[in-house]
Amino acid sequence: MNEKILKVEDLHVDFHLGDRVIPAVDGVSFSLSKGETLGLVGESGCGKSVTALSIMRLLQMPPARITRGKILFRGENLLNKSDEDMRRIRGKDMSMIFQEPMTSLNPVLTIGYQISEVFIQHQNLSKEEALSKTIDMLELVRIPLPERVVKQYPHQLSGGMRQRVMIAVALACEPGLIIADEPTTALDVTVEAQILELINQLKSKINSSIIMISHDLGIVAEVADKVAVMYSGRIVEYGDVYSVFTEPKHPYTKGLLEAIPDIDMSRKKRLKEIRGVVPYPDEIKEGCRFKTRCDCTKEDCMVKEPPFLHVGGNLVRCWNYA
Amino acid sequence: MSARILEVKSLKKHFPVKSNLLGKAMETVKAVDGIDLYINYGEVLGLVGESGCGKSTTGRTILRLLDPTEGEILFEGNDIAKYNKKQLRTVYRNLQLIFQDPFASLNPRKKVGSAIEEVLYVHKIRNAAERKEKVKELFEMVGLRQEDMDKYPHEFSGGQRQRIVIARALAVNPKLIICDEPVSALDVSIQAQIVNLLNSLKNRLALSYLFISHDLRIVKYMSDRVAVMYLGKIVEIAPAEELFSNPLHPYSEALLSAIAVLKPGKKKKKIVLEGEVPSPVNPPSGCRFRTRCKYAMKQCSETEPQLKCLGGEHFVRCYLH
Repeated sequence: MNEKILKVEDLHVDFHLGDRVIPAVDGVSFSLSKGETLGLVGESGCGKSVTALSIMRLLQMPPARITRGKILFRGENLLNKSDEDMRRIRGKDMSMIFQEPMTSLNPVLTIGYQISEVFIQHQNLSKEEALSKTIDMLELVRIPLPERVVKQYPHQLSGGMRQRVMIAVALACEPGLIIADEPTTALDVTVEAQILELINQLKSKINSSIIMISHDLGIVAEVADKVAVMYSGRIVEYGDVYSVFTEPKHPYTKGLLEAIPDIDMSRKKRLKEIRGVVPYPDEIKEGCRFKTRCDCTKEDCMVKEPPFLHVGGNLVRCWNYA
Repeated sequence: MSARILEVKSLKKHFPVKSNLLGKAMETVKAVDGIDLYINYGEVLGLVGESGCGKSTTGRTILRLLDPTEGEILFEGNDIAKYNKKQLRTVYRNLQLIFQDPFASLNPRKKVGSAIEEVLYVHKIRNAAERKEKVKELFEMVGLRQEDMDKYPHEFSGGQRQRIVIARALAVNPKLIICDEPVSALDVSIQAQIVNLLNSLKNRLALSYLFISHDLRIVKYMSDRVAVMYLGKIVEIAPAEELFSNPLHPYSEALLSAIAVLKPGKKKKKIVLEGEVPSPVNPPSGCRFRTRCKYAMKQCSETEPQLKCLGGEHFVRCYLH
């Protein structure tokens, strides 16, 4: 369990838009053990998807630029790999499940073609072998009548079925690392329940590590072992799922958890708001990124960037614990 | 005067999808297929269901943005289902709407202050100074600054835009507001601000809401009563507390069990439904949920169960009860 499959060290990603440089990811570090699920949470624009795309080396550069840091996958720095090497790694050793299953499948190719392509590319199988493995994969993600579905096109399937196909593509070569970027956000609640159950079952079957990116804290609470909370390009709190949800330390994590009405919450109680709006990553030049919305700021917060501190079992980036 | 601000009786909205050579509809999507509901003065009725179940169509048909195929819409006792445009204009002084997407529901070329003034002008407040004063008051009410009146929509964040949309809805002093997914497009930290704003406005102005959302936690928090829709029909309607603690329809049960708990230790048993929502063009015979229901019996496929009162305000459409 302690074998680290992925280590991200001090990752910096800037976006260059005209004269403006936006630090979308600003010094993110974390590691992932074999078989572990990391939940990466945060609101839109906090840098969670950019982090994921950097790991997959799928960022469009320019405008993006990785200016500093290392991404060690099984001990090798992915940032030094050639595009050719990355093509061999992606889909085989690591893969990604995207949010929108309609736009991430090719509309003019059959489902069968799109999945068997993975086997042909990475495992040198013949067309026939690949097709029979494809049918096995579709069975694994519990798609009814797989022999028929392989001949169908994406538009003939429902959203939940398409997301199952995406999962089948991602799992085809039993990769060591799966990045799921909001895999259920576009789906209905009851379908979401089906997909989450499926991901959890398949994970224990092939023992992959998963990075689950979501803005939905409920989903993360359900599937993750570790949680990293991101705000404005930085991880502000990191720890195991129990301590982050039951004893959140960072004012932002606390605020997020209190902003959601839990199902047994009384209507008389007012929801706690986090005042203000999410700042652009280039808006706050010094000090803590959360200072404009925080209720417990101190002098240091205004001018100095908070260090990552061990508080209880969590790592927290906040001056209140210094 | 009755205690009901809105009462909907066997409302149907069908959309033709295929027509024959003579232009006569051959197939129709039965988006809303006979629903009954009511909202009391000062009450919030939550309407939940998955995409395609007809909840937004219900909201839009009640507002007469879509013409109903059949049924009555009694707003303050008057059936507005057959009202013409001119008659509807007077209705809209009391009945308003908040859309989901605050990026699409504001005119990008209009300063937000004048967008609201326009509403007042349409509703016959013709004195310019009076209108300005009213806009000022509305901005304050929804927590925006006066300077914001002279800005364009793109200068605002999503949460602030939703505040503008709320101010616009409030401009005519409505009694009932149909809120169609009002916070779904917003970030979590901003959602709470808008939910709190809607709640305090409701108490302050004695408003009623029809609160349409797929976010079950927020619906539970906002509503007095909640209606669950499945494939164009209401399958269960009950006081919020009661529905969430004791859902009786198998669909409500599965839907509510799918809510993720925020406490990682407390994993509850989820009821995972098999299969998918059938097409609303050809809904299953009898009970519409029977194809996915684990309790389905013979009679479920033969005749459709009726919405049955189980005491108090708890109604269920299921043969089990």
